[in-house]
Amino acid sequence: MSIFGWFRRRSSAPVARERLQILLAHERGVRGQSDLLAILREEILAVIEKHVPIERDNVQIKMDRGDAVSTLEIDVEVPNSAGLLLSA
Amino acid sequence: MAKVLVVTSGKGGVGKTTSTAALGAALAQSGQSVVVVDFDVGLRNLDLVMGAERRVVFDLINVVQGIAKLSQALIRDKRIETLWLLPASQTRDKDALTEEGVARVIKELRAKFDWVICDSPAGIERGATLAMRFADAAVIVTNPEVSSVRDSDRMIGLLDSKTEKAEKGQRIEKHILITRYDAARAARGEMLSIEDVLEILSTPLLGIIPESEEVLRASNLGSPVTLSNAASAPARAYLAAARRLKGEDVPMTIPNGKKGLLDKLFGRRAA
Repeated sequence: MSIFGWFRRRSSAPVARERLQILLAHERGVRGQSDLLAILREEILAVIEKHVPIERDNVQIKMDRGDAVSTLEIDVEVPNSAGLLLSA
Repeated sequence: MAKVLVVTSGKGGVGKTTSTAALGAALAQSGQSVVVVDFDVGLRNLDLVMGAERRVVFDLINVVQGIAKLSQALIRDKRIETLWLLPASQTRDKDALTEEGVARVIKELRAKFDWVICDSPAGIERGATLAMRFADAAVIVTNPEVSSVRDSDRMIGLLDSKTEKAEKGQRIEKHILITRYDAARAARGEMLSIEDVLEILSTPLLGIIPESEEVLRASNLGSPVTLSNAASAPARAYLAAARRLKGEDVPMTIPNGKKGLLDKLFGRRAA
C-alpha cells in the first residue's frame, strides 16, 4: 500500500461523520415534513370543505425543499358541479 | 418512585441485551430493586445472558394474557437478591403483545421495583414500540459506526413522538450509551469519535463501554459482566453508567482497553 493509501485509511472517520450529517439532516427533514404536511393537509381541507364539497382522495399536497426557498404545492380537484357554484 | 427505562437501538447486535443485563445488575448491586424485562418475543435472549434460561416457566406473554400471575413469571437472580427477570416467550410472536396488557404489567412492576428495565428487540415493529411505550427514560445503545448512529437517530425520533410521555407533551429522558468503543482506533481516525456521535445525535452521554473480550466471556458464563468480572474495563464502565442513571455525578472516562504503544501515543483519557 502506498503512503497515500495509508493516509486515506486513516481518514475514514471524518468521511463517516460527514455522510451521516448529510443523511440525517435529510431524514430529519422528511420526518418533520410528514407531520407538517399532515397538519397542513387537514387544515386546508377543512377550509375548502366549508365552501365546496371535495373528495379527500383528490387533494395532493407536496412540499419541495430547496436550498434558499421551499415550495408548497396544493392540488385540489373540484367537481364540476361545485365549480359551477364557484362561478355563480 | 419507580423508573421505567427502555434499552433500545433500532439496529440489532449493538449490545442491548448485554447492556440491559449489565446495567440491571449494576443498579441491583448498589442496593436498588430491579427487574429486567425481555420484550424480544420469539427471540428471547436476556434469560440466557442472565444465566436463567433453565428456570423459565411462565413469561411476559402469559402475564399479558392473564394466563399466569406476575409473581409466577418473575425469576429471582441467584447472585443478587434484588435483581429479577421477566422473560419473553420463545414460542409466540410479537403480535401476542397488546398495549393494554403491557400497560397493566408495567404498572404492576412499577409498584414492586425501583427500576423496570425493558430490553427492546431490534427494529421498529410492535415489540420495540411497546418496549418504549411506557418508559420514563431511554438508553440508546450505539456503536461508533454509521448504520448504528443512523438507527439511533431514528429511535430518538420515535422516543420523542410515539411514547406515552411524548404524547402527553412531556419530555422523555434520553441517554446515549456507546458500546464496542475502541479508543485507539478512534484516535487514529478509523472510528467515529465520541464527540462525533454525540454531536450528530445531540443527546447526552451515559457512558462509554470499551470493546472487550470480557463481554463475550460474561455471556458465555451467563452472567452480567458487572458480576462476572467487576474489575474489568467494561464492568467499570457499566457500573459508572448505572451511577449516572441514579443521578450521581460521575466523571466520564474514555476507557482504554489495550495497552499498546499506539494507545500510549494516541489514546486519551477525558477529564
